[in-house]
Amino acid sequence: MLALEFPEINSLLVWKNLFDGVGFNKIALIAVLATTISSLLFFFATRKATSDAPRGARNLAEVIVDFIEDGVIMQTMGKEGLAWTPFLLTMFLFIYLCNVPGIIPFFQMPATARMAVPMFLAGLVWVVFNATGIKHQGPVGYLKSVLFPPGVPKALYILVTPIELISTFLVRPFSLAVRLFANMLAGHILLVTFALLSEALFQAKDKALIPVGILPFIMLVFLTSFEVLVAFLQAYIFAMLTAVYIGGAAHPEH
Amino acid sequence: MEAISMLVSAAAEKDPNTTGSGLTALGAGLAYGFAAIGPALGIGNLVGKSVEAMARQPEAAGMVRTTMFLGIAFTEALALIGFVVFILLKFA
Repeated sequence: MLALEFPEINSLLVWKNLFDGVGFNKIALIAVLATTISSLLFFFATRKATSDAPRGARNLAEVIVDFIEDGVIMQTMGKEGLAWTPFLLTMFLFIYLCNVPGIIPFFQMPATARMAVPMFLAGLVWVVFNATGIKHQGPVGYLKSVLFPPGVPKALYILVTPIELISTFLVRPFSLAVRLFANMLAGHILLVTFALLSEALFQAKDKALIPVGILPFIMLVFLTSFEVLVAFLQAYIFAMLTAVYIGGAAHPEH
Repeated sequence: MEAISMLVSAAAEKDPNTTGSGLTALGAGLAYGFAAIGPALGIGNLVGKSVEAMARQPEAAGMVRTTMFLGIAFTEALALIGFVVFILLKFA
């Protein structure tokens, strides 16, 4: 084995404050940038149209809105769900722009690889889908449709009700947060591992080892392009699950 | 695989003299390895069946793909919880 020290996990994830005495680190910077970029994009997109054909920021914004409407909402909630476009669009863009710095040079850190960001987003989704259920069905009706799903034999409620209680109110937000967090963290650690391995091999004392370093480097390039896909996919899946939960709460099965 | 074994060996090297740290490293590796078996079979089955469905009925491909991603997301969660356990065992 090479004399390769894998760094402490905190040195990969915990960033120093950018300014002295202000609790503002790289993660916060990425989150602020994600908000600013998406706000600016839609600010420029909604300026008065100069021509019939959309151009520039407006074109990009229309593609994203179309994607959310056709790819996420129409597939899961149907036409009534279109009112949720702004919420899901915000979620999707924010998560995507937080994921993508994981592969951008100098950032090299997905903001969603710290549990705080996914946990807050999942908590927000939890509040929103429960509030939607209560608004559409009333508190009693909502609890009844969640805990006693129709079409189940009466005796089975002994089993179904506790399972539904746990899965809807505890497992849903937990898995939503953990899915996003663990995916991005795993990607980050994989990239670090292969970067360290190629570095150690390229600088090996034994000259014969240096050409071998090309192998982990190829893997690093491959994984970086894979992370481009993962960053998008996780944002998409988060938005889609949010849509499924909200749709399920607004229109229960009969 | 390589990455995981490297992580484990790197972690074990930190304090090579105690049996405890070796066992923790072993446990962490096993936790992830076993946690990956079920979701691996699940996702393989799921995607295979989805491709079958898409090939049989290309006009339903969009719908199948959405459902496939949903299914993958649910199945994958188990493997990811295993990964989190690995991280906790190893680094916490």
